[in-house]
Amino acid sequence: MFAFLIRRIIQAILVMLIISFIGFSLKRSFGDPVRDLVGVSVSKEERDKLSEKLGLNDPAMVQYARFLKNALHGDVGQSFFYKKPALDVILSKAPATLELVFVSSLFIILLSVPAGVYAAIHPKRKLARLIMGVSTLGVSVPVFFTAIMMIYIFSVELHWMPSFGRGTLVTVFGGWKTGLLTSDGWLHLIMPAIALSSIMLPLFIRLIQAEMMEVLESEYVKFAFAKGLKRVRIFMLHAFKNTLLPVITVGGVQLGTMIAFTILTETVFNWQGMGAMFVEAVERGDTSLLVAYLVVVGVIFIIVNTLVDIVYGLVNPMIRVAGRK
Amino acid sequence: MSALLEVKDLDVIFSMRFGELKAVMDVNFTLESGQRLGLVGESGAGKSVTGFSIINLISRPGRIARGSIMFEGRELTTLAPEEIRKIRGDRISMIFQDPMMTLNPVLTIGVQMTETLIAHRNMTRREAEAVAVDKLKKVYIPSPERRLGQYPHELSGGMRQRIIIAIALLTDPALIIADEPTTALDVTIQAEILDLLYELTVNENMGLILITHDLAVVSQVTDRIAVMYAGRIVETGPTMDVIASPAHPYTKGLIGALPQSAGGAKRLNQIMGVMPSLYNMPGGCAFHPRCPICDETCCKNVPPLLKTGRPGNFAACFKAATREA
Amino acid sequence: MWRKFLDSHLFYSFRRDWVAIASFIVLSVLVLTALFAPLIAPHNPYDPSGVDLMEAETPPVWMEGGTTKFLLGTDAQGRGILSTMIYGMRTSLMIGMGAVFLQAFLGIFIGLVSGYFGGKLDGFLMRLADVQLSFSTLLVAIFAGAIFQTAFGVAKYEQMAVPLLICIIGLAEWPQIARTVRASVLAEKKKEYVEAARVIGLPSARIMLRHILPNTLSPVLVIATVQVANAVMSEAALSFLGFGMPVTRPSLGSLIKSGFEFIFSGSWWITIFPGVLLVVLILVINLLGDFMRDVLNPRLYKGK
Repeated sequence: MFAFLIRRIIQAILVMLIISFIGFSLKRSFGDPVRDLVGVSVSKEERDKLSEKLGLNDPAMVQYARFLKNALHGDVGQSFFYKKPALDVILSKAPATLELVFVSSLFIILLSVPAGVYAAIHPKRKLARLIMGVSTLGVSVPVFFTAIMMIYIFSVELHWMPSFGRGTLVTVFGGWKTGLLTSDGWLHLIMPAIALSSIMLPLFIRLIQAEMMEVLESEYVKFAFAKGLKRVRIFMLHAFKNTLLPVITVGGVQLGTMIAFTILTETVFNWQGMGAMFVEAVERGDTSLLVAYLVVVGVIFIIVNTLVDIVYGLVNPMIRVAGRK
Repeated sequence: MSALLEVKDLDVIFSMRFGELKAVMDVNFTLESGQRLGLVGESGAGKSVTGFSIINLISRPGRIARGSIMFEGRELTTLAPEEIRKIRGDRISMIFQDPMMTLNPVLTIGVQMTETLIAHRNMTRREAEAVAVDKLKKVYIPSPERRLGQYPHELSGGMRQRIIIAIALLTDPALIIADEPTTALDVTIQAEILDLLYELTVNENMGLILITHDLAVVSQVTDRIAVMYAGRIVETGPTMDVIASPAHPYTKGLIGALPQSAGGAKRLNQIMGVMPSLYNMPGGCAFHPRCPICDETCCKNVPPLLKTGRPGNFAACFKAATREA
Repeated sequence: MWRKFLDSHLFYSFRRDWVAIASFIVLSVLVLTALFAPLIAPHNPYDPSGVDLMEAETPPVWMEGGTTKFLLGTDAQGRGILSTMIYGMRTSLMIGMGAVFLQAFLGIFIGLVSGYFGGKLDGFLMRLADVQLSFSTLLVAIFAGAIFQTAFGVAKYEQMAVPLLICIIGLAEWPQIARTVRASVLAEKKKEYVEAARVIGLPSARIMLRHILPNTLSPVLVIATVQVANAVMSEAALSFLGFGMPVTRPSLGSLIKSGFEFIFSGSWWITIFPGVLLVVLILVINLLGDFMRDVLNPRLYKGK
């Protein structure tokens, strides 16, 4: 347990150091904190004074140390476009992305498990073949194109659903603007969520089917049948629990890809989340925001990876992870 | 009193892409309670398939094409799947070859033992655990209560096989089918496991079918053997008698090939040739291409099991009855 | 050698699998079209003299207002969609295959060295590979693209786009191939012919290249095929976001991007046709990859 924690912490520190270093280099080379703070229409003397005040003429290492210290306190600079601290901007956009990812993930899990398991148990049936065929197709369509096609069919041609934005939002505890409590919000959420899941869903279906088919050939499944257990129990407990292991592992890696997909999906649907913000920040050269996004993604990455490892340790008794004797 | 198990004219056929494979043909044998029958033969002879077919565990593309299997007065081949499921693991238990592969790595021993009782006897978990501990004691496993919470990878091979035997005993079955129970074990452990099997079946008056390729194993445990070759039974009789003076040329060859029979000579006696592939069976007696005493009748006709003149001993050879003891 | 191929299990299975045959035919057509783009495309969309703004946003030939001059219609500048698609596919394929060559080259080299020499080098390289494998290529590529574009500015970035994209995608994916090659090398190392070659005194490089390498290639082939599809997709995503190919020398991804806004004004063909072509391209590569995986090595590549 300790060994695992220590390893994780070291890994976390390493990742954050790398990200912070990249971020710092970026800011130092191409960012302009003075401009970020006061805009462009300020005299040269004022700018020099401000530079001095901000410590921009200090040696690099000193600046880096200061950067780290500030980052730990939640200050990664000021977005010159929004004229607000970068972290604030990100946090205000986070609910949009998080809700999208949440609904999408739910969709993926709820659909891929039954589809994959069914296709594994009855691989030759028509429905199973259809599922696998559609999955192969789905894996070949880029996320953004699915999004575009959906907009074209459902928004432009059929006018069933709106094609951009989040719709009517409701503010719940602490300023979280959610779209989940209004039907308009849901109407806006459906297409982006489906588009976001459009590659991960078939991927997981294929994965679950492949892994489960292998598991179904194993001796312990045959033995379970020989013991006269009910089919449901054999498939859902004996077989599925073993199928979960590689699926969890792959799922963890796919997280990063999911974040990339949110960037793409939010761009197409004009969904005001962190992903769209990232693209805009690059276009505007808003380095603070860019760096802040990198940092936040790094943190999310580490947290989720740790969670995935813990879950894996809970399912697989051969790995001693959290809280086992 | 009718026999515990009566197998009559059993045919098992596998429908493959390029033809039909007759894995088991014309198999007949009877077993009384308390009797131990050894099913002997090399790989591919059809002995495992015979064993599996008793509880209908033959997976597609195989099926029982012909024959009757009467167990405790019931015809198993025509039973509905739900009825067979109730018999499996309850009245008839099966032991597989490799204990590491047979136990599910992600479930505790406790779960894998109690589930049989919960499924067949409707016990509560507590009651089932008590029975499990009792059976673990019967197979001489130390600290049985601790084992329930452990996982298969935490135990040694010998212990695992004992646990599997314990699982077989949980419901006090009338018949145990053991498929190569010691092949995957250390030689030293083998003897212990075989002694255990012998002792348990004798004490509980259970029927035992021991499937193996190892003549030493049958000689230790069984009182009757049936030798299989290319899907058919070619000789049956009391174990000691058959081993001491085999009637069928194949059995003779098998015994003759044992290291003991080489009598200190540098080379072991071999039976020339190999067992025919089931796709390419020779006409007449399947053994005739390798048989030293075959003649014209042997090439044309499949010999049925004929009396050899010794009590209880039958051999599928036209020349059997005329051989001297 | 040709005879050997025709007799092989691979070709036998191929002949009996109509999906594989169809995919192969379609892919060949697409690759040849891309290769001979200047000859096949009806117009050269990047020749400013041939482009007439008056012909902008013409619909495809089967719709009202379409002409046979532009079978699939034109975009907002008056360029023929069919032509831009063909040139765009050429760029997409070029980058995709370039990236895969790079990752194959790197991966094979590292895999060979790592597996053959073992020891600390092997340990270090494999740890590196593990770390890299846990990062999503697409995300890293997007970040890299974003960072480089911020660093160099849009103009300079566009100049460097092709080699840059090849490098980014290629460098991100070497671990998979390296791992597979290394596994094969380890298996082959144990065999006697390697021992014999070493005893004779052959130099390591020779042993690795001429003896071990040929045996490791078939799993690499499977991975490489699917990786081309992945690379094409990654490049398309990057271009769509604006971190990839510029409008002046577009790939299918950037074509989709520039055509997107016109969906709302009715000129749907500008974005849809390149998109469909992209999907078809990726699909046939994936299908072929699946087929090869099933035939050459069933235990290999189940999800990604």
